[in-house]
Amino acid sequence: MTGGLRNTAIIGIGQTEFSKKSGRSELQLAAEASLAAIRDAGLSPADIDGMVTFTIDPNDELALMRCLGVEELNWTARGPFGGGAASATLQLAAAAVASGQAKAVLVYRAFNERSGQRFGQPMAGSYGQAGAGPDFYVSYGLDTPAKVYALWYQRYMQKYGVTNEDLGRYVVTARRHAATNPAAWYHGKPITLEEHQATRWIVEPVLRLLDCCQESDGGVAYIVTSADRLKDAPNGGARVLAASQSHRRGGQIMYDYYRDDLAEMEEIRTLSQRLWADSGLGPQDIDVAMIYENFSPIVFLALEGHGFCKRGEAKDFIRDGHIELDGSLPVNTHGGLLGEGYIHGVNNILEGVRQVRGTAANQIAGANHVLVSASRSGIVLGPM
Amino acid sequence: MAGVDDQYFWDGAREGRILLRECAACGEVTHPPQPMCPHCHALEWKTREASGRGTVYAWLISKHPNRSEDRPRIVALIDLEEGHRLVSNLVDVDPAEIAIGDPVAATFRDVDGVVLPQFVPVRA
Repeated sequence: MTGGLRNTAIIGIGQTEFSKKSGRSELQLAAEASLAAIRDAGLSPADIDGMVTFTIDPNDELALMRCLGVEELNWTARGPFGGGAASATLQLAAAAVASGQAKAVLVYRAFNERSGQRFGQPMAGSYGQAGAGPDFYVSYGLDTPAKVYALWYQRYMQKYGVTNEDLGRYVVTARRHAATNPAAWYHGKPITLEEHQATRWIVEPVLRLLDCCQESDGGVAYIVTSADRLKDAPNGGARVLAASQSHRRGGQIMYDYYRDDLAEMEEIRTLSQRLWADSGLGPQDIDVAMIYENFSPIVFLALEGHGFCKRGEAKDFIRDGHIELDGSLPVNTHGGLLGEGYIHGVNNILEGVRQVRGTAANQIAGANHVLVSASRSGIVLGPM
Repeated sequence: MAGVDDQYFWDGAREGRILLRECAACGEVTHPPQPMCPHCHALEWKTREASGRGTVYAWLISKHPNRSEDRPRIVALIDLEEGHRLVSNLVDVDPAEIAIGDPVAATFRDVDGVVLPQFVPVRA
């Protein structure tokens, strides 16, 4: 049990605009978003004594500290697995607060991943460098995230008879939600299933263009403190009901190809067990879910892995309208990473807080319990 | 990038062999390679040659996002008959004819100046 985390809360959120060309440095985006979150919490930079982000963030803690004029940091931490750690940020921040290591932790994520080093393009460094000698992946052509993930999403689609058109039904929903979210890059731009199907293959025969998340410029941040400060937070916040990670034996970042059955993502199921045990809730108690989607198929795996529907039934769950704003489980009410923007999944946490506060653009009435899943990390938020 | 933990694989490929790394203490194969055996924690390794026969577990057509290519590569996960999985390429095959589960056999080709194991369909 992580019952101790229940005495922590998110009391402030902040973000920049989400664009394709911010025109300013990544550190500036981080600083702008962080300051907005600190002010939203009713705090000043002098109150911040911890910082959390996760791997690949270009912004150094001390550089951000200098920008904000933070007096002293006593806690820093970064989770593993890129976007898989998006929700781990809350676990790391809340654990610091609950254990007394920090009083107010700033969580941040900021990138120019479209106008700068494009996330979807062949990358040097983090994904290995072609021409720098052989390796087990890039040497064979696996040089973009879309290719890397398509190899195992194909097994899920094969096992359960999921077609690219089925994927498109999720994408249409996400874009419909983005269309009525003024902060979304695709605000006012819904699509039809036919338009999805007419986009080119990015990775044939698995992913079309609109199955891929955006490459975005932008920054987001949020503030974690003890829950007793919720009452003084000018804009309220969301209590932490559970936060956990699940990485399993033999797993590997990106190229996670070495488990017997790649059609199942066991981490989502074991993560869920922790989240439900710690929160005392179950899938039937969740009012809204944010699900990290680098690519559309992961939503299907997550809906099943978290127990919202049975294995292989996500395509029917989506087709039957369950994830719409008026459905039994509205999903990615901000438009998700495909529709709103790809700030590496942390923007999903901000939408979770807005739903609990009752301030979301696409507000779900009575949204009390929100799941924010990043497949290998996840959180459950609840009311003050 | 080839390093102390994976040099054996590329050396083997140059000799036309797929080598797997076997723990010198407990005999378990670990791929991809790593410095410590996860089964017995030994640090000494031997190599074991795989037959080169296997089946297609998953595949995709790999195109460069921006450059047009005459012949896009096909990337595949290959389940070796010994029970281990490799990332590799399928060659000498029309994508329209690939199916998951197809039997394949290793061949060795020079790709960008490096010899890599590649796989071709095994015709019935």
